Formats: sequence, C-alpha cells, structure tokens
Amino acid sequence: MPKHIDLKKPILDKNDSMAQELRQRFADSGVYVLDLLAGPGSGKTSTILATIDALRDEFNIAVIEGDIASSVDAEKIKAQGTSAVQINTGGACHLESAMIKRAIDVLDLDRLDLIIIENVGNLVCPTDFDLGENAKAMILSVPEGHDKPLKYPGVFQVSDAVILNKADTMPVFNFDEEEFLSSVKQLNPNAPIFKISATKGDGVSAWTEWLADEIRQAQAGAVK
Amino acid sequence: MHELGIMSGVMDSAKEAATDAGATKLLAVTLSVGEMTEAIEDALHFAFEALCEGDPFTEGATLTVNMIPPKSRCLECGAEYTHDRFHMFCPECDSFATELIEGRELRIDSIEVDLPDDDS
Repeated sequence: MPKHIDLKKPILDKNDSMAQELRQRFADSGVYVLDLLAGPGSGKTSTILATIDALRDEFNIAVIEGDIASSVDAEKIKAQGTSAVQINTGGACHLESAMIKRAIDVLDLDRLDLIIIENVGNLVCPTDFDLGENAKAMILSVPEGHDKPLKYPGVFQVSDAVILNKADTMPVFNFDEEEFLSSVKQLNPNAPIFKISATKGDGVSAWTEWLADEIRQAQAGAVK
Repeated sequence: MHELGIMSGVMDSAKEAATDAGATKLLAVTLSVGEMTEAIEDALHFAFEALCEGDPFTEGATLTVNMIPPKSRCLECGAEYTHDRFHMFCPECDSFATELIEGRELRIDSIEVDLPDDDS
C-alpha cells in the first residue's frame, strides 16, 4: 500500500542546527568568526597573514585552516606566532560545522577576539554551509579573471565582503576592473569591495579597518 | 557542487522517515533545490541512482527535483520578483537594497513509501 509522507525537511538541517549552536558559543565567548572563501592560489593564506599583522595589537586571533590534505598553511600561520588548527577534510570539498566544533576544542574561546576560518579552496561547495560564523568574506585574485562573478554567482552573493587580491597585476592579465565591479554590484550590492595586494600590503588597511569595526560592533553587542 | 554528499544526507533522512512509518520499501523522493545553490540536477539524479542500487529497500525508487528560480523582495518598495542568478536589483524601482527570499533551498519535500497491507 503506497503512502505519501510530507517531510519539508532541510537537507542540511544537521549542519545548520550545529552551526546555530556554535554561533551561540562564539557569541557567549565574545569571539568574532570570519569564514574566508576563495579558490586555490588566490592568496588566502597571504591575506590572512597580512590581516593578522594589522590586527594582532588590538585582537587575540586564531586561525582554523581547512585543506583537503597537508598542513603547510597552518605551519605558515604558526610561524608568525598565531594559534592555528589544521582540519584535513580528507577529500571533502568544503568545511562543515561538525569539523569546526572539533577544531575549537583545542582553542581557548574566552581569550580570543577573532577566529579566521580558511575554508577549502573552492568557489562553489563551501557557499551553502553555515559554520556559525559572523560573516563570510571571499577573495578573488586578479589572475583568475574578471568574469568569475558570472561563473560563480553563489559565492559572490553570500559574501559580506569581497576582496580583490593581487590588484597590482591587473595590467598583466587584462583584468577589466569596471566589468568586475559592476557584476559584483549586481549580485551583491551591499558588500564592500577591497582592492588589495596582500604580499605588498597595498589596500590592506581598508579591509582590516572594516573587519576591526565588525569585530568591535559584535563584541559591543554581545556585552549588552 | 558535492551532489553525492547532499544525496547521502537525503537518503539517510528518507530511509529514517520510511522506517519510522513502518514501510517495507522507499518508492519515491521529491526535493526542492534552489538554482542559487549551484547544485546540478543531472548530478543529483546520478547520485540518487547510485545510492539506491543494491539495497532492496531503495532499489528502483524515483527522484523528482523541483528547481526553484531565485526570487527577491525589494526592501524599499516591497516588490517581489523572480530574476536570474546574476541580477538581484529591483526591476520596479532599481533599488539594490533587496533580499533573496527563494532560490537557496535544499529541502526534502516528501517521500512515497510502500506500507504492508493492513491484513498482513
């Protein structure tokens, strides 16, 4: 006898409810969490290093490194004197909240102000996974091309801030900045766009001032 | 996208609900998938078939995927409108202050199962 059963159940509900739990824990500890999304080779680790450099005097920072394998990125962060936890996803193309939950067990949340999660290098899969973060930011680097918002609209749409890295290489790659800015604007009108060269330091302060403001606002809100 | 991972989650939930209902077989699954998720319909079907194979409980089950186009609401004039994946602004007042209200769904709507006949 056939029977119809209505479920109306989110497919990712296990991830979403754990992300909600994490969000509460982060808020209770007064720590701001940034989920950083980008493709491979866009300069995620260099951007994180430049960000830590600019903000370490005001905030206690830790990094959660998501990679399919290896810990080379975590080693670079640790070499700079910042706590870093490596998550190897073992082939998975994105981080999920259960992985974050395990990673933060080794961090002292109450002493931290900022956790930067470096997601797996991928412009598609991490987009739909809530990790309990305060904000998602994404990096596109100039060599990847100005047409990327048209190929990966999802990641541009969910990001609260967009960083355009390796901006100094624009002439070499015939990067059409106007076209890029206009595509991003149409997808995500409210996200600020920061043009930076992470390894040279150009433009980094506008990005880190934005982030510092976000952290201060979240911490002021949490105290209430 | 990671359609196989998504579909594993779907199968877990569908099998659990079917077992809870006392079913002997899962017959069909219906999903709603927003176009903004970038999940690919063909890949979802492929993953579903692969996961159903070899298990008498799920073998032969069918999958229906309802793809949901993006829809937004204008925060300034209140207009609600569908649009493509790339242009979110309000067609009525050109405002950029809009919020996406549909198009990111990843939802199991319903399942069909086979229940043992009453007299058995």
